[in-house]
Amino acid sequence: MANMVQAIRLALHYGEENLGVREIFGEDVGPPLGGVFTATQGLRTAWNSPLDERGIVGAAMGLAWAGFRPVAEIQFVDYIFNVIDLLKLAANATWTSGGRYKTPMVVMTPTGSGIHGSIYHSHSFDSIATKLHGMKVVCPSNPLDAYGLMISAIKDDNPVLFLKPKALLRVKGEELIPGEPANEKELRAMIDAPIGDRAQWKPRWPDVKEYAVPIGQAKISKAGKDATVVTHGRLAPVALDVAKAFAAAGTGDVEVVDMRSLVPYDWELIKASIKKTGRVLFLNEETEITNFGEHLFRRTVDELFYDLKVRPRLLCGKATPGVGLSPVLEYVTVPQKADVGRALRELIDEPA
Amino acid sequence: MAQPTVAVSGGPFGTMDKALLLKIHTLMVRARILEERCIKMGRTGEGYFWIGGPGEEAFNVSLGLQVKKGQGPRYDYLNLHYRNSATLLAMGATTIDGIRQMRTVATDPYTKGRNFVNHYCVPEWNVVPVTSTIETQYSSAIGTAIANARTPGDAVTIVTGGDGGTAEGDFHSCLVWANRPILPLPILIIVVNNHYAISVPEQTQHGEKKISDWGKVFSMAAKTIDGNDVAESYASIKEALAYCRKERKPYLLEAVCSRLYGHSSASGANRVNEPDCIALFEEKLTAQGLAKKEDLEKVWSQALAEVDDAHQQVKKEPYPSPESIWEGVYAEPLPPSYPTKGGS
Repeated sequence: MANMVQAIRLALHYGEENLGVREIFGEDVGPPLGGVFTATQGLRTAWNSPLDERGIVGAAMGLAWAGFRPVAEIQFVDYIFNVIDLLKLAANATWTSGGRYKTPMVVMTPTGSGIHGSIYHSHSFDSIATKLHGMKVVCPSNPLDAYGLMISAIKDDNPVLFLKPKALLRVKGEELIPGEPANEKELRAMIDAPIGDRAQWKPRWPDVKEYAVPIGQAKISKAGKDATVVTHGRLAPVALDVAKAFAAAGTGDVEVVDMRSLVPYDWELIKASIKKTGRVLFLNEETEITNFGEHLFRRTVDELFYDLKVRPRLLCGKATPGVGLSPVLEYVTVPQKADVGRALRELIDEPA
Repeated sequence: MAQPTVAVSGGPFGTMDKALLLKIHTLMVRARILEERCIKMGRTGEGYFWIGGPGEEAFNVSLGLQVKKGQGPRYDYLNLHYRNSATLLAMGATTIDGIRQMRTVATDPYTKGRNFVNHYCVPEWNVVPVTSTIETQYSSAIGTAIANARTPGDAVTIVTGGDGGTAEGDFHSCLVWANRPILPLPILIIVVNNHYAISVPEQTQHGEKKISDWGKVFSMAAKTIDGNDVAESYASIKEALAYCRKERKPYLLEAVCSRLYGHSSASGANRVNEPDCIALFEEKLTAQGLAKKEDLEKVWSQALAEVDDAHQQVKKEPYPSPESIWEGVYAEPLPPSYPTKGGS
């Protein structure tokens, strides 16, 4: 099975061949590297830009207004903070122009902790990203969703911020991408560049097919009746592992909602799940003050107060200026599997 | 006022013919009358903040008349700033649309009553949305210029801003990206130097002798001109655009212009004692026998009548509806569960 960077690469290849993508660019995005995580390796239209995030996002905006459907990369979300105003302009151009300009561009960027990335390779950006109204924000948790969300992002007429969870980029999927060879060694031989001199290397692309995950559509990755956990990205498989362990031990039947899209978000699916279970944990690794999960928490209290059996919960990152490098520091700062287990245990065990 | 370093040779109007000169004059006057009306509307409470381009008419009309106007990458892209009213009029915009934006009515074709005056947006002419964020247009210009560079033909990107904004990183991003050896960009990088960043004099913050000296770093075509002079502006823009169109490379053009009503209404929008490009132009037109004083006065009175009529018309037009705030959040209608209450 493809891992997430291979899935993104395949989606971008599909976009180049079928969806009018003509410019894929950013720092180290073109040959020889093909992206620091190799998400753009071997792509026909991928090129290297100067080391200039403002130029990268500005170029994407101008290309989008010219109808080019660009895909730009910010190398790590930790380096996106100096382009917030440009992202805001990209997000508000349709509204400020009274609907006359569309800005079909994708900005993809690795996000979150989990790679021992210290202070500037562990950031999350969900809260700020979801404040750039007019921008869509997606974050997959597995390769097939990454493939389908990238195809939807490319086709969308709005700017889309595509958050790639750093910790999941090398994790293999459990489902084949349509057209992906069943043998993963064969896939690697076809699309992964060799180590060393790759000047003569060219990928052999499998004949991948269109597969879209609609933006705004969440997924129930495990159904359950006792409690709901609403999460995305790195913590989605963590929550699923915990839910499966509870089920195996007979200690709780947890429903796992993988948001996939942060904005617009699938409130109907989230609402239905909370109405069913009456217990909800919002789970993400952004910091605590004005956390995106707090918005969902507030809306739950407003609209579902009388459906709740116990108070809702939020488990998120600690409100520290950064995530420290020492594993002791990282693990205490952003939620880990044991924390998720404890939070879900308390949520289920609290008397109604 | 710094003196221009390069002058146009020949007579005062070079090869420009009388019809073109009088057309430029009319456009300059219409732009001035429009801006002065908008200033007045701000003072009387009929509009709010004013910012605009009185003093830049000689340069801006000369620019607008030489744009390859149309939609898509086979035509010029304009990443403008909020002092380009005369450029828009020269391209064919109407004075009434400027008044509509000043009055924040629903018929404002640029932003539907959402943004300040002189924040244009005309997709049919490749005028991308003008923003209040200083210098960000120099970053988006990179993208439209790549689109031009990738497209067969002679279309270019034009970007304008002020001297103050050149301190921002976006200006330097634009210079770096425009001069990448792997893909030089056909982009006319304009800096209108009025010697002030709001209230702060240029000479207190900028050690560069000339802004166009930045071109030396890249060995790129660059020039500083007197933007108050019609003939010099017109000829310099013509030369610079021809270079960008043919060579597919960037050109840095610094135009020294007056700022006749200060930065904006925030500083009172009062007339200041700086050279007036229209008065200078009229002196030359009459001295050369190309127009009589009374003919020029007639242009002013006709422009005033045009703006008076437009103003009366706009007073009858509706303001945006409250529910219109939800139009254009996305390119498609909002999803039904999007939060729209503003809280609980």
